[in-house]
Amino acid sequence: MAKPGGKRRGMEALAGYGFMSPVILILGCFLLLPILYAIFLSLHKVNLLGHVSYKFTGTANFERMADDPRLWIALRNTAKYALIVVPCQTILALVLAAILNMKIRFRNFFRVAFYLPTVTSSAVLVLIFMWIYNRNGLLNYLLDAVGLPTYNWLGDPTVALFGIMIMNIWSTAPLFMVIYLAALQDIPDSLYEAASIDGANAWQKFWKITVPQLKPVTFYVLVMGIVGTFQLFDQSYIFSAGSGGPNNATLTMVLLIYQYAFKNMDMGYASALAFMLAVVIMLITVVQRLLFKEDKAN
Amino acid sequence: MGSKAKRLRPLVYVLLAGYALVTFIPFLWALSASFKSLPEIVAGGMNIIPKHFTLDNYQTIFKQEPLFPRWFLNSAIIALSVTAFNLLFNSMAGYALARIRFPGSTLMFYAILGMIMIPGQLTIIPSYLIIKYLGWLNSYQAIIVPMAAQATYIFMMRQFFINFPRELEEAAELDGLGRLGMFLRVVLPLAKPALAAQTIFIFMGAWNEFLKPLMLMSDKAMFTLSIGLNTFKGQYISFWNYIMAASIIMTLPALLIYVFFNRFFVKGITFTGGK
Repeated sequence: MAKPGGKRRGMEALAGYGFMSPVILILGCFLLLPILYAIFLSLHKVNLLGHVSYKFTGTANFERMADDPRLWIALRNTAKYALIVVPCQTILALVLAAILNMKIRFRNFFRVAFYLPTVTSSAVLVLIFMWIYNRNGLLNYLLDAVGLPTYNWLGDPTVALFGIMIMNIWSTAPLFMVIYLAALQDIPDSLYEAASIDGANAWQKFWKITVPQLKPVTFYVLVMGIVGTFQLFDQSYIFSAGSGGPNNATLTMVLLIYQYAFKNMDMGYASALAFMLAVVIMLITVVQRLLFKEDKAN
Repeated sequence: MGSKAKRLRPLVYVLLAGYALVTFIPFLWALSASFKSLPEIVAGGMNIIPKHFTLDNYQTIFKQEPLFPRWFLNSAIIALSVTAFNLLFNSMAGYALARIRFPGSTLMFYAILGMIMIPGQLTIIPSYLIIKYLGWLNSYQAIIVPMAAQATYIFMMRQFFINFPRELEEAAELDGLGRLGMFLRVVLPLAKPALAAQTIFIFMGAWNEFLKPLMLMSDKAMFTLSIGLNTFKGQYISFWNYIMAASIIMTLPALLIYVFFNRFFVKGITFTGGK
């Protein structure tokens, strides 16, 4: 405009930094600084009594992990959990999305209804499920009614994690359903029309067109599902009142980190665990993004 | 072909209705328990409709647990402030990254993209120590300030503003509006759909947040509802009537927002869902 170029550019820069300043401050102090601090902590023994003091211990915190039996229990629980929950919630999400994508009535109602668990607080969901799982609860009643064995869902170590699994499949599948539903809109109708002309039935179309076309999204859903299982905390904390019990059956990685940091006050070791967890999660997401991009380009 | 598809139609509805039932039953069962008396619950009847409908449970939790209304208030203060700050700060940053040229803007954009990938677990312990150092433990700002801006939604707003028609801003500039006036009077009012999607996600996230208040609030009066509920569970073991009434109260605000704004949800999820 009328203003000289130099002054204008200066004003723009000033506006730019002005607009960015709250975010720079907040993310700088509570995201960037904590990341650096986390690395620092993981290399130290932290003493929290009186003034916080640090003693450099090099990689001792990381070496300790190999001999930590509770870490291996948490990892085993996570693996067990991921092996069951991730495939189940992915298949459920895909089936629900495929059905909702058909020309049906009340489609919007079903979508809104199915999504309900996803917006409910995990604290509430766990309490509701504990109420359903209690010894004289609804689940045992239903199991008994159809002649299946009943369990002490809250207290029996062999089924406690399974109880959390059922709840999480139920509450996470709808989120992925919506992602699938959006992806389904991008599959060109012409593919289905061509298949119809070739005499394919609905089942064949689903397997030969829908499933292959959704491959990148399925990959994304699987990866996000695995990352989610690594981050499990609220559910097992509330379920076990913070202990990870019965008998470590519901101990997860984040719960273990929480216990080391805030129960044992061993912030150095807890930070090292958190650091390892973050690296694993980031590696998984980066690999997913790279492969996803490649898939998109093809 | 067509007739076969028609024959399958009822099966589709049965499946959908069946799954809707699976979704609803836990909520209905909780709602029903919240209106039952303890003796009726202990008797173990499987009736959804209470035999003796009572509001006692709701009255009792407010009367016997004087902190319950306080927890509700704490949750509301935190969730509303976090939402308000995020809407303003994320939009400002998103707008700057999309439209204003300034040295370092590209670097900041990539930094924000990188931050989206950082899992929150990494920063739990250092954030706690920083907040402790600031003397913020057991205060509202302990949760509000660190949550006041979020990289994911800065990115979302940037993507939104980048597709914004430039002509509007040029007209505003001719009218003599500076960047701030332009942003507040022209750009923000037109960003309503993006702001609505953001509002829902951030409010829900803050309202339902569990780990942060758990580690930052040790004073019972500063608990949020999610932490309060958890202590409540420990205190009233097997008083499922009270626990369920408290759970229903916590669910209601989020539920109302969801029902009224659900169309913005889908947009937001497909956006933040990496598509």
